[in-house]
This record gives sequence, C-alpha cells and structure tokens, in this order.
Amino acid sequence: MPTIPIRFKLNGQQVEAVVEPRLHVIDFLREEYELSSPRVGCEHGVCGACTIRVDGQIVRGCLMLGVQLDGAEVQTLEGLNASSEIADLQKAFHERNSMQCGYCTAGMLLTSQDYLQKNESCSRTGLREHLSGNYCRCTGYEAIIDAVMNVASQRGKKIIQQEEV
Amino acid sequence: MNSPLKPAENQALQQQQWIGASVPRPNGRRLVEGAAIYIDDIQLPRMANIFFLRSPYASARITKIDYHAALSSKGVIAIYTGEDIQRLVAPMVATLAHFVGMKAMPQPCLAVDQVFWQGEPVLAIVADSRRHAEDAALHVTVDYQELPVVVDMETALDPATHVIHPQLGDNLCFTRKVDTENYDQIAAQADLVLERTFRFPRHTGVCLEGRSVIGDFSSGDQKLTIYISHQAPHMIQDCYARLLGLSESAVRVICKDIGGSYGIKTHVYGDELATCAISMDLKRPVKFIADRAESFLSDIHSRDHRVKMRMAFQRDGTLLGIDLEDLLAIGPYSVYPRTSVVEGNQIVNITGQWYSHKAYRATMFNVFTNMGIYSNYRAVGHPVAVGVTEGMIDAAARELKIDPIALRRKNLLKDGAFPCTTPSGAKFESMTHHLCLDQIMQMMDLSKLRQEQSELRKKGIYRGIGIISMIEITNPSALFYGIGGARISAQDGCTVRMDPAGGIVVANGTGEQGQGTETIFAQIAADGIGVHLSNVKVVTGDTDSTPYGGGTWASRGAGVGGEATWQAARALRQNILTLAGVVLERSAQILDIRQDQVVDLNTNEILISLAELGRIAYFRPDTLGSYQAELCVTRHFVPKAFPFTFTNGALACHLEVDVETGFIKLLKFWAVEDCGTILNQQLVDEQMRGGLVQGIGPTLYEQCLYDERGQMLNGNMADYLVPMAFEMPDIEIGHVHNPTKTTELGAKGAGEAGTAGAPGAIMNALNDALQPFAVEMFDMPFTPDKVLRSLGKI
Repeated sequence: MPTIPIRFKLNGQQVEAVVEPRLHVIDFLREEYELSSPRVGCEHGVCGACTIRVDGQIVRGCLMLGVQLDGAEVQTLEGLNASSEIADLQKAFHERNSMQCGYCTAGMLLTSQDYLQKNESCSRTGLREHLSGNYCRCTGYEAIIDAVMNVASQRGKKIIQQEEV
Repeated sequence: MNSPLKPAENQALQQQQWIGASVPRPNGRRLVEGAAIYIDDIQLPRMANIFFLRSPYASARITKIDYHAALSSKGVIAIYTGEDIQRLVAPMVATLAHFVGMKAMPQPCLAVDQVFWQGEPVLAIVADSRRHAEDAALHVTVDYQELPVVVDMETALDPATHVIHPQLGDNLCFTRKVDTENYDQIAAQADLVLERTFRFPRHTGVCLEGRSVIGDFSSGDQKLTIYISHQAPHMIQDCYARLLGLSESAVRVICKDIGGSYGIKTHVYGDELATCAISMDLKRPVKFIADRAESFLSDIHSRDHRVKMRMAFQRDGTLLGIDLEDLLAIGPYSVYPRTSVVEGNQIVNITGQWYSHKAYRATMFNVFTNMGIYSNYRAVGHPVAVGVTEGMIDAAARELKIDPIALRRKNLLKDGAFPCTTPSGAKFESMTHHLCLDQIMQMMDLSKLRQEQSELRKKGIYRGIGIISMIEITNPSALFYGIGGARISAQDGCTVRMDPAGGIVVANGTGEQGQGTETIFAQIAADGIGVHLSNVKVVTGDTDSTPYGGGTWASRGAGVGGEATWQAARALRQNILTLAGVVLERSAQILDIRQDQVVDLNTNEILISLAELGRIAYFRPDTLGSYQAELCVTRHFVPKAFPFTFTNGALACHLEVDVETGFIKLLKFWAVEDCGTILNQQLVDEQMRGGLVQGIGPTLYEQCLYDERGQMLNGNMADYLVPMAFEMPDIEIGHVHNPTKTTELGAKGAGEAGTAGAPGAIMNALNDALQPFAVEMFDMPFTPDKVLRSLGKI
C-alpha cells in the first residue's frame, strides 16, 4: 500500500507522519499518536464520539482521511486539557454528572464548546439541536444540557428562555 | 496531641453524612478528561487482532470454505473455522432447571456446517491489525446453500413452518403458564371484559463502545487474563474457565471503564469466547472489538412481543381478573448462561400484579427464529408487563368513562397493605403507589394541563397526558438464577481495609459501568467507618483483587453490593475502635470514629487519628502486647427475606401529536420513584433520566427491522434511530422514601425503572391525545406512518 507524507500541527506541536491514504483520522490519531480521547463509535459519521477539531472546526474523525490533515491544525481533548480552554465545561460536566460511561464525553465537550463559541445567545433548544449529532446512550442528555447552560451563564452569554412549543 | 474541637466544629462533625449527599463521582474526573480506559485503548506486546467473517444469510448450509489465498495476505497470523474453534472450546448450552421444559441447542462459538442467523460468525481471521484481517477476508470464499428462514413469530409454531433445529422437534423454546384457574369464571360475571393486542418491537442496546475483549494467555504461567467490556467479571471467569477447560484460578477477568452496557454486556458471546480460545492456541494476546455494523447483527436483541391482553372489570371500575398471552420471538439459540427466556418469564410473573385482582392467567410462548440472538436487556420484561397493564387500565377508563387516575386509585394495592403475595405468586415487601401518584400529580399540575389540552384541541392542536403506575424487580436473591443451576452469584462480597496512613480501600465484586457504583460504595464506606469521602478508594472490576460478586444486573449494585460494603465497613469500624481501645487503654464502647479521628463518644474529644492507629498497628504491633489488630474485613450479603425487593413508582408523559405529519413531540416527563434509601440523589436521578430515555427509544423510534429472508434492514446508526438530544424532553424527578427492611441500608435498585415505565406512559399519552379521533394505538414503535394510518390519513 503506498503511503503519503504529511505535516500538521497536533495539539500545538508540529508533527510529521507517513500515512496510508485509506486511513481515517480517528484511527490515525488513536494508533499513531495514542490519543485515546476521541472514540470510535459508529465509523459512519452519525454518533459523534470521534469528534476532534481541525482548523478550529469540529469534525468527525471517521469521515476524514488522515492525509487530509496535511497542513492543518488539529486539536483533541488531550490538547484542550493542556490549554485549560474548557476547564469550566469539564468541571460543570463533572459536578452535574453529565457523563456516565464516558464514551461520548470528549465529543460532547468539543461540540458543546463549539456551540458556546459560536453563539452569544444560548438556549436549551438551540443547544439540544447543536448536540443532536452526538449520541449519548446513558444520560438522556438533560444533565449535559444543564451543565453547558450553566457554563453559558458563567461565561456571560445571553440566556434565552425556552419558548413554548 | 490534638486539642479538643470547638463546639461549632463538633456540631459539623455530628452532621457529617455522605450517604444521601449528591457528591460528584470521584472517578468522573478522568472521564471528562477523556482519559477513561476502554478495551480498545489497551495495547499489549505481540497483540494480534481478530476480524470475524460473518454469515450474510439467516439460514444456510455452509458448503465450502476456502481461505487458502487469505493466509498469505499481509499481516495474517492464523485463520480458524468453526470446527477449529470447536476443538478448543466447548459449545454453550443455555437451559436452566427452573425453566421447566425449556429446550435449546448447544451453540458453537463459530458456525459449524450451518448458519442460523445473519451475522453469525463463520471464520476468525487473526492478523497483526484489524485492517489487515479485513483485507485478508477479501480473499476468502464461503459458499452457502440457502435454507428456509423463520422470521414470523405468528407462524413459527405452525406445523408447516421450517423447524430451525430438527433435533428439538419444533420451534418452541419455552412455554409457561401461571393460572389461578378461576379467570373464566370471574370474567363471566364481569360487566366489562376488555381485550387489546399490544406489540413491542425487537430492539437492541447500541452501546457506544461495542463489545470488546482481549484474551491474554501466558503460556509460562498457564494463565488467561481477560480484559473485557462486561458487567459481570466473576461470571465471565466461571463460564470461560469451564468452557475453555481451565481452572477457575487460572482465569483472571479485568473490567476497566465500560462504554455502555445496559444488559447487553451480561452475556457470553461466541466471538468473545473464541477470541480467548485463540489467544490460548496462539499463546499471545488477541483483541476483538465489535464494530457498529457487527454490533447490530451480533449483540443480543430484546423485547419483540405480541401480547393479547384481557382485563375483566365491574361497572364501578373494580378490576376482577387479568388474562394475557405473550408470544415472543427469540433468536435461533438460547443465549448463555442467562438463557433467552427470562424476559417472558418476568412478564408472566409480574404483569398487573400491583393492582388488586382475584383471577390471573398468563401464558407465554418463546419461539425460535432466524433473527439475531436474543436475551436480557435493561428492565427485562418490565416495559412489556408495565406497558400492557397500564395501557389496559387507560383503555378501561375510556370504556367505563372513569378518570384514569381514579381507576388506578381504586385498584392499586393500598400503601399499607404489605407485605403481600399476589395472584401470580409475586411477593411484595412494601410499596407506595398512592404516595407516588399524589406526588406526581402535584409536580405536573394536572388540572392546568387538562385545561390547556381542551383549549388547544379547539385550535387543532392535539396534546395528550399519560400517567402510569409501575413496579420493578431489584435486589434479586439466588431464586433468580442460582436455583436453576446457573453459576451466577446473587451474593456480593466486599473487603474494606484501613492502610497505615488511615486510608480506606474498598474492594467490591460488583463494579461500575457509569452508574456511579464506585461512588456510592465510597459514600457508604465513608459513613460506615466515619471518614472523609476523599479518604476512600474503591477497587472493582478485577477477579484477582475483589471478593466474589454477581456484578451488574437486575438493579442489584446499590442494594446488594452496597449492603455488603456497609456490613464490611461497620465491621472494620468496630475493629478500629477495638484497636483504639487497646492503644488508649479505654473501653471501645465509649469511642467513636468521626472525620478520620477516634473521638470520645460523648464529648467529641479527639483522642487519636486513624493514621496514628495505622502506624501503630502496622509498624509497632510490638507495643500492643498479645493483641492482634485486624484492619481488613470482608463481608458478604445476599437477599434472603424476599426473592426480590420490588420498587415502585409513577411516571407521566405530556406530548403533542401532529395529526398532519404523524410526528409525536415529547413535551415533558415526570417520574416519581421509591428506591428506598437514596445513597446519592443526583446519581439516582440520572439513572431515572437515562433509563427513561432508553424506554422512549423503542416506543417511538427503535426497531430491528427484518425482511422475510431474515436480513436486518437497518443495521446501522443512520437507519436505526436512537433518541437524540433534540427530541428528548426535560424530565422532572421526585422521590418517595420507603427503605426496604431487608437490609440495614434500606436501598433498593433504581437503574431500570425509567426504561420499564416509559413505553406505557407514552402510549397512554398518545391515546389520550388521539381521543377526539376515537382511535387507539398499541403497536410500538409509534412511528409517524403508523400514526397517520391510525388516523386514516394514509
């Protein structure tokens, strides 16, 4: 199988690698760099467990090929741990018990942070919609919504009360 | 020497109580850092990976397997057929003696000669990576000759239908009848005999972490270490040892973080067992991770019922009798070791038993089919038992023109009328149905909702309110499995020890799958001894280092594992006090442990710290004369007073039906449950919420769809719909506190009540919403097309 050399920035560090063209980002990051926070859940882009950040946008590691990372800036939850960028969100998740088995948690955190970064006004409905590509089989989602909305308040976002259906 | 505490601090000391506090899970921090360790995160030296080639047919004879070309594919280490595996590991036979008359065929790990369901493993390809094993599969040829397929439960027992296993004579796995033998007589005197037919879809658990295992056989030690994503480590140790021909002590089972389980991971699966057999054969670690597609086809499925239900009433609403016939479709085998008949067995044991009645007749037929393997999933049997009962109560209320709450109040077992034995033979210790109803009505402001409902109807908006009462089996005794010969422990053991620095280590045979089990064990031990929660470490999930236990099933972690923890902690506390008495030369009777210190029971004066006691006991025992300290205590607990401790509760659903599109929008859920002593309310609430959403799934969205050839049509996450954040309502939780007297702690289980109750609550709300159209729906999942069909719109 031919391989392709790539260079990219991973959690702040410039790295070089040689990848098989068929290798997905999720397998590449987990196997080559032992980054285990993004999880393999469905491998067809539905569950969101493999969510990572590429050039500031959240993407699914199972829908992108490793070679596509060439020249990109990649962040995983490991990188966010180191920068403390979402320490408030992680604390809120922990206190509100927004994770049970923990398998979806990295994807939930990254997608929640994406919602908070993109929205100055936050609502439970809007957040639920934003998270609807991330499956959680344990919590029923409410604890996740509660935690993220708490952080929205703490970060000074405008909180929109839910309109009646 | 420590000085005595000031009075204010004394007060705080006395109020210290971890049991009941909503403390965050200490083991949750690593989860929010993404640092949990699931099986796929474990890398061992020389580890090989397996890809199982699975049958594309539901029923076929294997006429040829040619894998010669695959052997030279890159990275391939070995390839095993079903026959090869059969030489390494015994087949599984899942029948139990208390299910009298049940039949099942021995199940090989991999198909031998014939396949019985789509997804059955046929060939194990072992390579240096999963990728290379999958590449090699492209060079394998398997020829099949298709055989007749059984997928329709309604005709599975017809003489004309193909018999899946001719050796068994027919497709009936198990039938059972519970009969008070007076139903016909009672029904003849009734004013109303209501009959309805209910359907509950076949569905599965969709754990985000697929089933996963690493078998690591050490030829030097002749020992097998199994890393497995599973709920019952000791059960795996016992089953794998026996099936692989090893002694129990040669098998160590380690369960680290588990990425969702919900009952899916309480079973022995052929592919997982084969992985360990292959590790023994190759004498190296071998990993198998089920991917999503194979999870849908090879995880156990559950439910899949058609229930014909009759209820006989007097005109005033008095319930006289219940008659049900449950037909359910399992797969081609009974799943080892719990079997595939517990679901139906629960249904005949518990349906309607929380209502007073005189006559009960319940019959169930478990039939084999060529659909996916089938066994216990969260709230085994309960969604069906609760759903049909509560659906009938509401239907009767409509028929008799009695308010559904009033009809419940009239017939529910009275809160004071316990203990009792019901017509089916179920034994109830104590329940609080009326209190739960009171509380839920208060929480939901029912009269306001009713008013809003009638106003909106005038505008063509159709909302419905559904309320149910329910029960749930928790804290199972050995009458659940042990009595039938299953080597599945109903008892749990817990070791609690104090280390030299005064730290407490709790090792329990039951572990954590995300519920917070380790947290409640720590809370129990902290209070049981008198130490700060941060001073307690909990060890679970390792058969080498924990006492024997049953693991997680039937909501037993808190009530059984928790009670063992309490008993051990209290015994250790006593031993610490005895040691303190020797050291202090005082009577242990007037000592207490508070906040990691031994204090004077009456004055709270701090006398000595646990750390100082630890130092003396471990490093200067020479100063204790002939006294030998014992700072490590093990206690075991098993429920004996009742076969099960039933919990109870009430659930309510508010929803809106779009009569133009058929879409159902859940607006709100309320739940009140009585799990006895609440060990950690936040954790209990989240069990309720998570369980409830798993009950919502198969009521509205989830179903394993099969065609007539036994092909699963929607075995992927895009087509098999599970609840997502956007569709889920907020869920308000209330509690009634009625501790069980069968234990000192008083805790009952809480993990399955939501799953048990949600389908009935949604069904009742839907049928309430549809009242203006005079239609009723009992065929789950309630998909938009079914709603529109009921309304005659398509």
